[in-house]
Amino acid sequence: MSKMMMNRRELLKVTAMVGGGAMFNLAIAQDGTADPDTIEDGVKSLNVFVQIEANGKIRIAASLPEMGQGVKTALPMIIAEELGARWEDVIVEQAPVDDAFGVQAAGGSWSIARNQDTMRRMGASAREMLISAAALHMEVEREDLRAVDSRVVHTSGRSRSFAELASLAVNQPVPDPETLQYKDPNNYTILGKKIPGVDNLAIVTGNADFGIDVTIPNMRYATYTKCPEIGGTAVSFNEAEIKNLPGVVDAFIVEPNNAAGNSNIPFFKEMAVLRGGVAIVAEDTWSAIAAKRRLRVKWDQAQASKDDWQDMIEWANGVAQAGGGELVKDNADIDAVLNDPNNKTVEGFYQFPYLAHVCMEPMNCVADYQPASGDVPAKLNLWMGSQFPGQAKEVAYNLLGVAPDDVEIKLMRLGGGFGRRGVHDFAAEAMMIAKQAGVPVKLTWTRPDDIHSDFYRVGGFQNMKGAVNGNGQLAAWDQHYIGFKTPTRDISGAGFFGNEFPLVAMDNARVSKSMKAIKTPCGAWRAPGSNSNAFVEQSFIHELAVLAGRDHLEFLLELLGDDRWIVEGNADIVNTGRARGVINLAAAEANWGKKLPAGTAQGLAFYFCHAAHVAEIAEVSVDSKRNFQVNKVTVAVDVGPIVNRSGALSQVEGSIVDGLSAMAGQKITMANGRIEQDNFHQYPVMRISATPEIDVHFIESDFPSTGLGEPALPPLAPAVTNAIFAATGERIRSMPLSDLGYNLT
Amino acid sequence: MTSYALEINSQKYNVEAEPDTPLLWILRDQLGLTGTKYGCGIAQCGACTVHISGQAVRACSFPVSGVQGPVTTVEGLGTPQLHPVQEAWVANDVPQCGYCQAGQIMSAAALLATNAQPSDADIDSAMAGNYCRCGTYPRIRKAIHDAAHILATSKANS
Repeated sequence: MSKMMMNRRELLKVTAMVGGGAMFNLAIAQDGTADPDTIEDGVKSLNVFVQIEANGKIRIAASLPEMGQGVKTALPMIIAEELGARWEDVIVEQAPVDDAFGVQAAGGSWSIARNQDTMRRMGASAREMLISAAALHMEVEREDLRAVDSRVVHTSGRSRSFAELASLAVNQPVPDPETLQYKDPNNYTILGKKIPGVDNLAIVTGNADFGIDVTIPNMRYATYTKCPEIGGTAVSFNEAEIKNLPGVVDAFIVEPNNAAGNSNIPFFKEMAVLRGGVAIVAEDTWSAIAAKRRLRVKWDQAQASKDDWQDMIEWANGVAQAGGGELVKDNADIDAVLNDPNNKTVEGFYQFPYLAHVCMEPMNCVADYQPASGDVPAKLNLWMGSQFPGQAKEVAYNLLGVAPDDVEIKLMRLGGGFGRRGVHDFAAEAMMIAKQAGVPVKLTWTRPDDIHSDFYRVGGFQNMKGAVNGNGQLAAWDQHYIGFKTPTRDISGAGFFGNEFPLVAMDNARVSKSMKAIKTPCGAWRAPGSNSNAFVEQSFIHELAVLAGRDHLEFLLELLGDDRWIVEGNADIVNTGRARGVINLAAAEANWGKKLPAGTAQGLAFYFCHAAHVAEIAEVSVDSKRNFQVNKVTVAVDVGPIVNRSGALSQVEGSIVDGLSAMAGQKITMANGRIEQDNFHQYPVMRISATPEIDVHFIESDFPSTGLGEPALPPLAPAVTNAIFAATGERIRSMPLSDLGYNLT
Repeated sequence: MTSYALEINSQKYNVEAEPDTPLLWILRDQLGLTGTKYGCGIAQCGACTVHISGQAVRACSFPVSGVQGPVTTVEGLGTPQLHPVQEAWVANDVPQCGYCQAGQIMSAAALLATNAQPSDADIDSAMAGNYCRCGTYPRIRKAIHDAAHILATSKANS
């Protein structure tokens, strides 16, 4: 779709979210931004998303970043369905980064939820124009025509192909979106089917376009080295030695720039700052990496982080014992209930570590900066994988003063995102290195750079107290989040969203938080907040069920209360009926409570996040040496009607593996401001042998479809640790399991 | 700089490089064969897996001076038609982000070249050097079994 031109744009404001819960406003293309002009010979454009080639191929624009979550296939499927296209005729093309395509951001599992209506309108609008053209061409009534299999068919059986109609269709009036009628889901031929990813062939033959694979004329290859103590700046380095190394063409200090992190979007504020360091520019990547290994830098550490994970643990233990904190939800009777001798109580101090994203493709960016010359303003071209490419224009303006219209961004396929590629620190570095070097550069981070310079999943703690009464019912829930913030605000994923079950569903709860400012950068990591809160809350529900001497399933269902939206009309907060549905389905499919051999047990967890209700049951075997194996995970999901069944299953399978990988052995620790892990030998990703059987069941309720990139991950950890408790009697309250001597096999 | 004569995907190349330059960067930067990926640089993740004389090796840690024998990369695996492993990868919709898949495919193809009917344990062992951060392992396993079936069927028919 790179040749598409947009000449009629009407924009409307919508609210969108990215990463971890920040609200901001951006523009999205309105319906009927049809461009009737011929784009190139024989190609007709019905709107910015739909073009028809003379040979019958239908080009559909994929507007959002593809990072493995499947939107490049799923969103065009929605357009094709309403258009009446045959999927085999569809060619999906990555759209340019342009406001005409709306908010081109991928994060928060919002891609389906927030774009499906626009996709439907674009498909239906183009279909109606084709039908109008057919009515003229065939001299029949519109009402007697319908679009099917890339043709417009008359009730008589006569038909015309989309390609035959395209020239006439582009001159038909763009329908008023209010008048559009949508297909009956019973007649769907594409949605709900298993459709393979549109880039599969390119991927398996090594031809997919990732950012790291980009080459442009005159390009040099760069590495960048920052202070190991986060926030330190470079004073000097062994410049003469480095510049004399084979293949090295330049080496220089880059000054830090905090203004690069300014943003109109709250989530991004203070994030993409340019950290000071030393750039090495070489003839090829290896020369730059080899030189980086020889680099000796004198750092100024006056402003550097002194964060230390062991100190943080000590601080949190002290805070937990002292109690208190800022109240999130109050209940004046909690202390009395906890102290009532007729009740049974339990207390648990939970801990979860910092995590790195370790996208398989390390951060990289190609930057070509052309300085202003006479009346011609400075220009910047960027090639990169990004979850929110347009935001890099803010960075370019802050850093180089290049106007947004003079920045062109070529969005490449992302070799993983998981929340990491929303922040453009790597792009800030690439553009500044390109400017200082005076040549286009490809900046490639080494894996240690990638692990040392992350926006980590924030670590933290929760101190939990609870009571059950003489009838075995939950009587009190006292939750104290003890975690971290920046000097000015809570970190994405730290604390609470306010939609967590069970606390939103309970009256007899008190929730508080104590937050300490740190310097280690943190950000969105797949299912921010939920990925640690689920572990704590769904484990503690099990602790209370055990305390009450009751079955976990029965106890959990009782907590849900009546079937209802907790806040009527707010789909971002749990619906207890949908929760009950997935919990019961998972229990039935897993045959909950079935007899299992000694050392093997089931564990249950439910979680609600990203508008999705997910229940999981893990069957786990543990031996006397703490080798453990997850035999099977049964998953029940309610995200409404499934768009791409293959993609949806992929997201659930991937979430299970990812969740298991993280809980089994991953942690990032800081010592005196320095990240202690360098590469995969110290930060292991799960290997194929540990993969459990994954059995997924969807409840396709009538609620609008929502996303699946994240919500199947949070329940996995508590399902597994609840199973370990059931198998061994040992309650797991800290991650990763390898720190407790457990070994995933 | 030293000159090296390499045979890659049945083509002959002469490259100039420092002896310790990993094969990965020769492929990617000098020859433009970017299907082979950089993931870690220490042979932990397998994204850079290629074949040398049919053996799966990690190109990120294999110096160009040590290359003895023909090299096959993902670009050369399925020519002129797709390798059964590639076919099975597409049919099972294995890739998510796709970045690790060239390495996975090269490891799987090397396995099937010596073991036509691998068990799950054989797959665990042969694929242990390849990370997938997206978690496509269930489909990788299924695709390898399917590729073995495709190979067996095509042999039976020929």
